[in-house]
Amino acid sequence: MNFDLSDEQKMLGEQARALFADMTPFDRLRTLIDSGAEWDEPLWRALADMGFLGAAIPEEYGGLGLGALDLGVIMEALGAANAAVPFMSSIVLAAEAIRLAGSEAQKAAWLPKLASGDAIATFAYAEGPGPVFATGAGLKGGKLTGSKSPVADAGIADIAIVLVAGGGFVLVELDQPGVKRTKLDSFDQLRPHFRIDFDGAVAEPMPGVGKLDRLIDQAAVQAAFEAVGAAEACLHMARDYAMERQIFGRPLGGFQAIKHKLADVAVATELARSNAYYGGWAAESSADDLPAAAAAARLSGIKCLEMAARENLQVHGGIGYTFEANCHFYYRRERMLAVYLGNRGFWADRLLNAQPGSQVKAA
Amino acid sequence: MDFNDSPEEAAFRAEARAWLAAHAPVHELPVGAKMPDTEEADRGRAWMRELYAGGWSGLTFPKALGGRGLSGIEAVIFAEEEGKYHLPKGPFTSIGTGMALPVIAKHGNDEQRARFIEATLKGDITWCQLFSEPAAGSDLAGLRTKAVRADDGSGDWIVNGQKVWSSWAHLTDWGILVVRTDPTVPKHKGLTFFVVDMKTPGIETRPIRQISGASEFNETFLTDVRIPDANRLGAEGEGWACCMTVLMGERLGSGAHRSGVEPLLDFAAATPDGHGGTMLDDRSIRQQFAEALAEEQGERFFQARLRTMVSKGENPGALAGMVKLAYASRYQKTNGLALELRGLAGIAPEAGDTATGDVQYDYIYSTVMRIAGGADEVLRNQIAERVLGMPGEVRMDKDVPFEKLNG
Ligand SMILES: Cc1cc2nc3c(=O)[nH]c(=O)nc-3n(C[C@H](O)[C@H](O)[C@H](O)COP(=O)(O)OP(=O)(O)OC[C@H]3O[C@@H](n4cnc5c(N)ncnc54)[C@H](O)[C@@H]3O)c2cc1C
Repeated sequence: MNFDLSDEQKMLGEQARALFADMTPFDRLRTLIDSGAEWDEPLWRALADMGFLGAAIPEEYGGLGLGALDLGVIMEALGAANAAVPFMSSIVLAAEAIRLAGSEAQKAAWLPKLASGDAIATFAYAEGPGPVFATGAGLKGGKLTGSKSPVADAGIADIAIVLVAGGGFVLVELDQPGVKRTKLDSFDQLRPHFRIDFDGAVAEPMPGVGKLDRLIDQAAVQAAFEAVGAAEACLHMARDYAMERQIFGRPLGGFQAIKHKLADVAVATELARSNAYYGGWAAESSADDLPAAAAAARLSGIKCLEMAARENLQVHGGIGYTFEANCHFYYRRERMLAVYLGNRGFWADRLLNAQPGSQVKAA
Repeated sequence: MDFNDSPEEAAFRAEARAWLAAHAPVHELPVGAKMPDTEEADRGRAWMRELYAGGWSGLTFPKALGGRGLSGIEAVIFAEEEGKYHLPKGPFTSIGTGMALPVIAKHGNDEQRARFIEATLKGDITWCQLFSEPAAGSDLAGLRTKAVRADDGSGDWIVNGQKVWSSWAHLTDWGILVVRTDPTVPKHKGLTFFVVDMKTPGIETRPIRQISGASEFNETFLTDVRIPDANRLGAEGEGWACCMTVLMGERLGSGAHRSGVEPLLDFAAATPDGHGGTMLDDRSIRQQFAEALAEEQGERFFQARLRTMVSKGENPGALAGMVKLAYASRYQKTNGLALELRGLAGIAPEAGDTATGDVQYDYIYSTVMRIAGGADEVLRNQIAERVLGMPGEVRMDKDVPFEKLNG
């Protein structure tokens, strides 16, 4: 057993953290919000230049051909920085959907462009309130009809991989007459979501069927890494503030009510990190273990970030409620991360269903 | 990263598994059966002898001292395989192997190592821990039991005081003991560490009735107990360092408990919901168990990360307390939930419903895990201070000579 990241992976994580620290100071996030920007385009270009976008895309399609854990350390750094980029949409979900279910021609046409950042893709799965992975939209005679909402990053995406009736995927170019994109009022101002109406849009079916489970299990692992990164950033932010803030004649961080709160956040974060590592290992090396590993990682990721984002704001007191303090970025992102890809209830079912012993699969 | 064994580790595991399959089953404790503690102690000793005879004792201790000189990861592999059997491996045996031996190995002299280590590995000597006192638990350095040199020039020590919560002290052969030898210096400085033969005149153990119904721990009274200076471990006044070694062993050991949510899932699935299904169809129950399962997996994989650290020669320090802090609460919460979902049968099962009996016992037992080996609040302090680097507790007693403290 060697249950630790490799030295190369640790280095990759450091590079990613350094890039984000350099390019995404909190003031940058405020500027993006104030200007109504849909994303941080220079950051995306830098991620492309560093090869991060293609990290997990096979070498034959212009990527680096690395694995889930390598992608995970990048996602952790991205989560810590609250970066406003379509990494989850374009790389973790859409590119991977194409790799898992696309035809040779679809892979050859799109993966190199996604790896280089020249094209952006999104994965459209929900259809409003109700099941998260909804299949009301459908393809008839090569034309797609139906609506998907909300869809992250749809305003900047060139293509969408759309979950359709029957559970398969279709690939749609978004810049065409049969597609209407409407910007929604997104809770996380740095992750704009859209409604997309397809009215006879030209769409290509993707040949691979039955890939949805694998796709979302892998994405759940990456989401856990993202949550762990964000949770740790909140934890350190709260800790640093509590050490600085003098109150009742001593540092706020000297009081147990604060120490114990943060100790609990630290424990939850380490447990989630451990589950994310296992999920990454399972995604790379043990397909049988992936469903349970992914669900556990997702659940504990949601839990640690929820604790961390809430208590970070709480530790800051009144200043935490200001736009100038930085707690709100994580507080908003936390809710977004908690519900995308399916909420706790969805993943709780998946975790129990993945347990050995069929009696557990009741519900 | 690889969660699996390396080829060498796999070979070691296979060897361990085969040996255990041949030798462990006859030593297993019958599940759910209550037995007199003398019998449990005898079974514990018999298992230690079997382990020693098979060469599976003291895996990480040097060969010259009766061990096998292996790495930490091999000890973990053996513990994992051994953990699949319900063996008499409680405090009765683990205080000796997990707490007394590390302190003797680190702070003892050659003579003491030769005298105690192999004999303990063989099961010839068993140990109890005489640390806590009525006024000194979490604040261990506040202990009052005192030792002074005998005035007959022998160099012997005369000990007087009272210890409490001493697990198995009534049935074990030796104790690890920390006492105050110098009240004129601040409290952490005036302590000295001994090993003491529990048959020494003046030692009286009085079993305490516990909430579980058993009486595994004791009040231990020490009245003019004479301890030869040869039984002192480390230098006079350096007892606190010895205590830290013991507590690290205890913490790493207590992280290793198995504490399954899975049996509770079966338990829920065996409980009808009155609508033709089982309690495991209930969304809220499913969600609560799934959260617990996710936490349990996180604890297991965090443990795997700590083991990797140990195998690389790194010291996990206060990280080791994280697993215990997490699982103790989770264990209590899920066993409480499991009792609740049985309805009234959870509080009064019919004869033969041993599964509910087990959950009841675990619910009682879960209280211990949040207290012994570092209470929740104390572990949180340590994590905040040593992992997060937050300020230490306000201490009124730090630089004050012990004898000048109030209370
Ligand atoms: C089953 C069992 C077996 C045991 N076996 C042994 C044994 O074999 N040998 C032995 O020496 N001891 C043994 N112990 C004792 C155990 O180590 C102590 O009970 C433990 O250290 C807590 O000390 P205490 O009971 O004095 O509680 P206290 O220290 O009085 O603690 C009471 C409460 O106060 C909290 N608290 C304490 N300090 C602080 C603080 N600074 N800030 C905030 N909260 C605080 C604690 O967390 C706890 O909740 C055993 C205990 C149990 C339950």
